[in-house]
Amino acid sequence: MNVLYGLYQPDEGEILVDGKPLKLRGPSDAIAAGIGMVHQHFMLVPVFTVAENVMLGAEQVKGGIAGILDRRRARREVAEVSERYNLRVDPDAVIEDLPVGIQQRVEIVKALTRDVDLLILDEPTAVLTPQETEELLTVMRSLKAAGKSIVFITHKLGEVKAIADRITVIRRGKTVGTASPTASRDELAAKMVGRSVRLTVEKPPATPGRPILEVAGLVVDDDRQIRAVDGVDLTVRAGEVLGVAGVQGNGQTELIEAIMGLRPVLAGTVTLDGQPVHGWSTKKVLRAGVGYVPEDRSVDGLVKEFSVAENLVLDIYDRPPFGKGLSLKPDAIAKSAQERIEQFDVRTPSADAAVGTLSGGNQQKVIVARELSRPLKLFIAAQPTRGVDVGSIEFIHSRVIRERDEGTAVMVVSSELDEVINLADRIAVMYRGRVIGIVGPDTPREEIGLLMAGITPDAATEAAAPAADAATPAPEGPGSEDEA
Amino acid sequence: MSTMAVPDVAVAQVDEGFWTRTRKIGAVLLALGVLAAVLFGALATDQQARFTLSETEGGAALEIHGTVGAILFGVIAAAAGAALMAGVPKRWFTVLLGVGLVAFVLSFLCWQVSAAPEGRNFMPLVNIVRGTFILALPLIFGALAGVLCERSGVVNVAIEGQLLMGAFSGALFGSLSGSVWVGLVAAAIGGAFISLLLAVFAIRYLVDQVVMGIVLNLLAVGITGFLYERLMQTNAEKYNSAPRFSNWEIPLLRDIPVLGPALFRSNIFLYLGLLLVLVIHIALFRTRWGLRTRAVGEHPTAADTLGVKVLGLRYRNVLLAGVVAGIGGASYTLALYSFTKNMIGGKGFIALAALIFGRWSPTGALLAALFFGFADQLGTYLGAIGSSIPSQFLAMLPYLATMLAVAGLVGKVRAPAADGKPYIKG
Amino acid sequence: MNNPNPVSGSSDRDPVSGSPDRDPVSGSPDKDPATEAARVAAGGANRAAAVTAPKRPEPEARPSLGRLFLDNLWAANTVTVTVLAVLLAMFVGAVLIIVSDPDVLATYGYITARPLDALNASWTVVSEAYANLFKGAIFDPEASGFTAVLSPISETLTYTAPLVFTGLSVALAFRGGLFNIGAQGQATIGVILAALAGFLLPLPPVLHLIVALLAGAVGGALWGFIPGILKARAGAHEVINTIMLNYVAVYFLSWIIIQSGVQNPDRADAISKPVDSSAQFPRLLGGDLRVHAGILLAVLATWFVAWLLNRSTFGFELRAVGANPDAARTAGISVAKTYVLMMAIAGLLAGLGGSQMVLGSTANALTPLVVAQIGFDGILVALLGRVKPWGVLLAALLFGALQAGGNRMQSYSGISLELVTVLQALIVIFIAAPALVKAIFQLRAARAARLQTSLAKGW
Repeated sequence: MNVLYGLYQPDEGEILVDGKPLKLRGPSDAIAAGIGMVHQHFMLVPVFTVAENVMLGAEQVKGGIAGILDRRRARREVAEVSERYNLRVDPDAVIEDLPVGIQQRVEIVKALTRDVDLLILDEPTAVLTPQETEELLTVMRSLKAAGKSIVFITHKLGEVKAIADRITVIRRGKTVGTASPTASRDELAAKMVGRSVRLTVEKPPATPGRPILEVAGLVVDDDRQIRAVDGVDLTVRAGEVLGVAGVQGNGQTELIEAIMGLRPVLAGTVTLDGQPVHGWSTKKVLRAGVGYVPEDRSVDGLVKEFSVAENLVLDIYDRPPFGKGLSLKPDAIAKSAQERIEQFDVRTPSADAAVGTLSGGNQQKVIVARELSRPLKLFIAAQPTRGVDVGSIEFIHSRVIRERDEGTAVMVVSSELDEVINLADRIAVMYRGRVIGIVGPDTPREEIGLLMAGITPDAATEAAAPAADAATPAPEGPGSEDEA
Repeated sequence: MSTMAVPDVAVAQVDEGFWTRTRKIGAVLLALGVLAAVLFGALATDQQARFTLSETEGGAALEIHGTVGAILFGVIAAAAGAALMAGVPKRWFTVLLGVGLVAFVLSFLCWQVSAAPEGRNFMPLVNIVRGTFILALPLIFGALAGVLCERSGVVNVAIEGQLLMGAFSGALFGSLSGSVWVGLVAAAIGGAFISLLLAVFAIRYLVDQVVMGIVLNLLAVGITGFLYERLMQTNAEKYNSAPRFSNWEIPLLRDIPVLGPALFRSNIFLYLGLLLVLVIHIALFRTRWGLRTRAVGEHPTAADTLGVKVLGLRYRNVLLAGVVAGIGGASYTLALYSFTKNMIGGKGFIALAALIFGRWSPTGALLAALFFGFADQLGTYLGAIGSSIPSQFLAMLPYLATMLAVAGLVGKVRAPAADGKPYIKG
Repeated sequence: MNNPNPVSGSSDRDPVSGSPDRDPVSGSPDKDPATEAARVAAGGANRAAAVTAPKRPEPEARPSLGRLFLDNLWAANTVTVTVLAVLLAMFVGAVLIIVSDPDVLATYGYITARPLDALNASWTVVSEAYANLFKGAIFDPEASGFTAVLSPISETLTYTAPLVFTGLSVALAFRGGLFNIGAQGQATIGVILAALAGFLLPLPPVLHLIVALLAGAVGGALWGFIPGILKARAGAHEVINTIMLNYVAVYFLSWIIIQSGVQNPDRADAISKPVDSSAQFPRLLGGDLRVHAGILLAVLATWFVAWLLNRSTFGFELRAVGANPDAARTAGISVAKTYVLMMAIAGLLAGLGGSQMVLGSTANALTPLVVAQIGFDGILVALLGRVKPWGVLLAALLFGALQAGGNRMQSYSGISLELVTVLQALIVIFIAAPALVKAIFQLRAARAARLQTSLAKGW
């Protein structure tokens, strides 16, 4: 799509618009040809107002060569477009103060003021709540009614079926087929994946033991000092997997970062095997027997410039046998690395290769190998299989279950509902910084989906009550808190 | 990280409790005021502190009894601090802070001037104001060069080198041609030459911009020093005797008391510098070029997707910065002195400090430059009246102030988000 | 390799807004599906095979061993690039020498008539200058006698020693992800404390030297600690703070020199009392040659920094923080503590370097310019040495040699010492942009990205 928008140059082939071949040297050519794009990562200048963002690149100016901006006209244009398509955007709001859903609408306004005929939406729903998604679909329908063409890129089958008129499935850079929206989910999924995915994990029933991790009344802010975790209570027992489901950005990240000592706990307690650990440094938490797979491996999990061997001791380099006193023991590090590489089937040319040269799946296996190679009480894995190939997913899942069966308390946080359902013995659903419900893995998907959207079975009563303590989860299902 | 920012999510501000930033600053101001009233008051003498509205001792003057003045202004500063602590509407913050700081300085001056030996216990305001502006001038040009670069996302640590190169080529070509205007153009080109190197290496070859800036400063010191010794020292007549701009008096304005003689009987560089502050300020915040520059400095990818030529704009701005700094360098050699080795002597780095202290805005940079210039001028003045305050410590003031600013102790400074990050397409 | 899971696939791509994290060498493990999609949409051919391959295949036939050696030598390895950068810099230097010599320039006035005149004159002046540079730095074939023969080497090592320290200071911080522009200020505070200890404390030899060195080290460490703690606590950018502290140190030096008890009572200008001889480094080759034990200390320091970086737990932390502070923090490493300690050690090294300026043989008293430019030169040395300890030592040797040779060039050929500054700056510029050197010398494009020594970051 970036080629279509002129950001990258095609190596081969050509683009036809209205039957005529088009050579795009840059985005301005694309805009001139009537192509607009809403990027997955918004292309908005955070400190600018909506109007400034909209006029950037297509500024209306007065005053001849001085090029004084005609701000009034820009504001009026935003207001007009926003009105016409019912987008409700304030031209004078500053982008960084706006919620994600509105920012996305600003992107759409930006494209529409440029009179595009074709609008490309790249994974627009990845960051939206179900409600915002629904609004977006409505906007798309009204655009379609106004005669615009839309290319809607998504991996969510439900949305495709809800809005698309024609579906093209692309896998590994190739068109693998087209389908109509009436095609079944299974048919589409098969096309997308290429082979039938083994989605279930073989696992014996859990035998939960004593509570290992107990979180009570936890309150945490995110980087912008906005409340992200707002009174969470959780328990993870030895020998069970607690899955944490939820649309991304509902406080899951902040929750585990607070448990790991990476983020200040503003209120509440975190107890590990009976010992309060909130306020501890990350090192101390790790030392207490916690393994942690962070959700973004390239940012938080690995030092890409470091070798595989070094990454395998990233959090135990200063402990025997790898470090003694002030000095490192390279031989011990190398020897252990060799063992881990074999045990965890890490495909690497050598233990000295920089980890950044490995594939995503093998990078992830390095992290998992590192964290699972010391005795653990608690294992926290966030998005453990994101961007990982199928083979590695199966491997990582089986290791998670094996860890559980050895009596470790396991917490899996994933925005992929399937992953949570497959791994978890109990599922906690987070919504707006709270655990909105804890259910068993055999709960119907639809019900969990509703929870993720913030709708509890007793939604009516909750809506009426003030927000205060309404989100205390109503225990239900076989894996609830009451179970001993 | 990215919270699902649904509109009704409770926005929890950091709980600062009683000690908000305003209160902290107020407390500091209060302490300073009390200190001034007690300490300066005790040290001040019975002599009058005279602030003459001229360049000499004579003429009209504002006078105040030394001890009384020191205590009075100290109390005013303390009162402003107390008001800030007591909690005042936000719009009063800047005013009160300004009043407090000025009062503190006045209290200090009352002590210093009154304690000066008999016959020297006066402060000629015209001299002080003029000196402040003259000393601030290279800082203004330098900081504007910084604004142009950094607002479009290129860190400019090479201001020193740009100023030096401008001063040198202004002197050299001014001397060879015998024309100030040729010198001025040459100075602009000289500054742009350093900028060109910065632009090419930072933008084309992706060399770290701070590294490049530092190296370019050394290169400029080397080249100008080498050619100075080879050419200017051996034949100063031919190579280092540039003509100078004469002072232009501006009718009407020159008759304003204090400011008139101090500012409006100056050379072209002062007018040019002040004009540039205005022009760049308007251009940055009101024009298409400014909008694009700021966009490129904050989020180049976004600008690129809208068809803005990121690299082209950066090249242009960095070169423009060189032109501005080069002219700033010429404000030495085409108005005041002959060229000497390493004559900028760190002013480029104070300009950088002014840029940061002024929060990357042209007007902020102007105010910061004036503040630094005043500290500099005050040092000279205090030395002349035989003060016990070492001028070296006053000279440290700009640097210490900047450190406090970046540490977040004096408000938040935020650089353009993409400042220093090379833009790699795709 | 590729991502057959459409559900989780596309959320893993690099954020476009952040710094693009694309390694051109390593292939693309998580290929952006949208890009791939677009290729197809654009009618592109099937490139999936190329995408799945972990590395781009080298379309070259297997070369012979000799060919391979030449290729590797030529393929922009660091030594080649360094040598070429030095040559390029000297070429530019030669141009400067020529254009600044009125006599030679005059011959260019009639170059069309008698081109050989111009070339001869140019060659004479340039070759003489560079010959003196060589004679002053390494070996003078005309010299006779022990002292005269060793004198150039002695001078080179004398200038090398402090540069090793400041170079290591900058390199160490660089590896930890901070840019220490403050080696100059740290060296300044170091030299002040070392000098004060050197003439204020009445101590026996050896002990006096050790104490003076310690004083210098503590001074430098303090001056490094300040930006470190400001970075760790307030997130204040170390580049800004170290620049500011450089100047604070300069003014402090110019103040303290003229205080009574410090200023030399026999002098009216700004110069301190001389350091006691008991606090000075012993000279290694007798009194006539200036090389002193400081160079041995420099080698020791290089070894220490090499050990610290590569073989110590702190070095592991430092490198991890430097390469990816987020991952380091997640792995339980205290980034703040690492920054503070690292800057203090960097300052300590620079302080030791500064101390040599009064405890060695270049000077024995404080003057406003006593540390010369060793802090700024240290930045160049660190970059030239590819921020590796032993590389820094070699780079400092080169710079020391240029300095020593420059002195002779100045007195024998009348070429200003400033030319050395120009050469040093140019060498580093060419080093910093290997792509440019290669473009000039038509080197193979391979490994271009690997040579990027500097890390790019903003304020």
